[in-house]
Amino acid sequence: MADTALSARRMPGPRLAGWIVLHVVIVLGAVVMFFPFLWTLITSISPGVGLTVTPALWPENPSLSAYETLFTELPFARVVGNSLLLAVITTVVQLVTSSTAAYAFSRLPFRGAGIVFSVYLATMMIPLQVLIVPLFVELKTFGLLNTYLGALLPTFASAFGIFLLRQAINQVPRELDEAATLDGAGHFRIFWTIILPNIRPALATLTVFAFMGSWNSFLWPLVVLRTPELQTLPIALASLQGQYTTEWDVIMAGSVVSILPMLALYIFAQKYVIQGVASSGIK
Amino acid sequence: MSLSNAQTSLLDRSRPAARPRTAGSRKRRYALTVLAFLLPSAVPLALFTLGPMVAALWISLHEWNLLSAMRFVGLGNYIDLLGDPQTGAVFLHTLYYIAGYLPLVYVGGLALALALNTALKGRSFLRGIYFLPVVTSWIVVALVWRWLLNPSNGIVNAVLAAVGIQGPGWWTDPAWAMPSIILASAWKDLGFVMVILLAGLQAISPDLYDAAKVDGAGWWRRLFSVTLPLLSPSTFFVFVISLINGFQVFDQVYAMTGGGPNGASEVVVQRIYDLTFRYGAAGEASALSWLLFVVVLAITLIQVRGQRRWVNYG
Repeated sequence: MADTALSARRMPGPRLAGWIVLHVVIVLGAVVMFFPFLWTLITSISPGVGLTVTPALWPENPSLSAYETLFTELPFARVVGNSLLLAVITTVVQLVTSSTAAYAFSRLPFRGAGIVFSVYLATMMIPLQVLIVPLFVELKTFGLLNTYLGALLPTFASAFGIFLLRQAINQVPRELDEAATLDGAGHFRIFWTIILPNIRPALATLTVFAFMGSWNSFLWPLVVLRTPELQTLPIALASLQGQYTTEWDVIMAGSVVSILPMLALYIFAQKYVIQGVASSGIK
Repeated sequence: MSLSNAQTSLLDRSRPAARPRTAGSRKRRYALTVLAFLLPSAVPLALFTLGPMVAALWISLHEWNLLSAMRFVGLGNYIDLLGDPQTGAVFLHTLYYIAGYLPLVYVGGLALALALNTALKGRSFLRGIYFLPVVTSWIVVALVWRWLLNPSNGIVNAVLAAVGIQGPGWWTDPAWAMPSIILASAWKDLGFVMVILLAGLQAISPDLYDAAKVDGAGWWRRLFSVTLPLLSPSTFFVFVISLINGFQVFDQVYAMTGGGPNGASEVVVQRIYDLTFRYGAAGEASALSWLLFVVVLAITLIQVRGQRRWVNYG
């Protein structure tokens, strides 16, 4: 499993056969994994796909009419805007709250720090579902139902983000802080000029995860955002299904609109996403 | 906010002859610094996670439809839930989901990770493809799979028909609703499990494989005697996360079947949602939420305790 340097040409017969089989299987697997995306795209440009027609692999009359329906008959431009707005604000706020908390847990020893950190981590274990009723009542009391702020507030602090950034800050050599302290820098300055620039990869990972979490989140926005103008993409898509039950081209066009920005972000930041997931699995 | 703080502290530093400080004021200043760094996260966590958590316990002791006055019923909601056959049913459906989903993603993810850990051409590209569904939202996954598995004109049944197999009714058939959800979920999470296991595999020293080969161990022997034991921390992580997420399964169920047909795929969280917003039974919903939380917590703790028996941290 570890002899990676062998090239195909120098392999003896049976090993070469194994090498080829492995490639065929893994590439076929990738094709099967990718096919649902391709099928979504094909369906979205095959107008009139309805109750009885299965679209052709190569659409005869490709058309963007389903996208037109989304953006003219439905408030999809607004919906995409809502999703973007919430995702950007959530991401920026989580970067601030996570990095400051992570700095405190890494660099500012205080009595009870261990207990406070455990409580922070424990919040990761609390499923959102347990909080739905009281959160709903709480935001209703503050008059924040059906507002962007109501959808945003519960996403402002992320135990995952704090944990991720604390690990990263622990890796920054303390000599850097000490040198800065000798130069007369205080904690805010060390945080801003030394720590933050040194944990850029972790900040990038958190940016992707926070954006993805918000962009894809469903249950809380479903509960708090009730009017159509305020809905985010996942909710609009779910209700599209009730409205356009058999017009699969429209439903798939909505799915494409929802996938594309995440896809762009993923291609751009693939390294950080995979690193983030991979590092979460190693103790 | 942190920006303006940083700026004021910069201003402070530009006046080196600051007022002389006593030990007490320095201590207070340090405490204020700690607070300044912690409050931005502590306030939202307290207000929107810990507070509601305690409030849910309080609400679970009441009969309440979110509108009228609350009526204290003690443990009445919990007793009602335990006596309701629907509660057992939704837990069973959730377990069914986990029992189908976990082996699929673990065995599939392991096979992929093993394959991608060899001298494969285009490895990172392939890894990227397998990971793609992970960044897609559950709602999109559910919609796409509803379409793929559409009984009348979905592509899966069309392909099956082409080879002479009459495809099932998938999500429209009570017997096939949960398998449909499991299939879609496994597709989405396979890449996630793969990446975690791949990272674990890459941490295993090649020397161990060389030693095993010298001892004459074949591929399977090496898999069971070297790879799996040394991969156990990653496996443990996958199991813990999958069970926590599995018990909380909701988005894909809501969008794929809505818990139907005839409640055949109704899971615990779908029930919590319906109790709250459809039947106006907020007290009972909160009680079920706490029940779910306790179950998840217990299972996680059992796993953490049990890990000493099989997880090898080297």
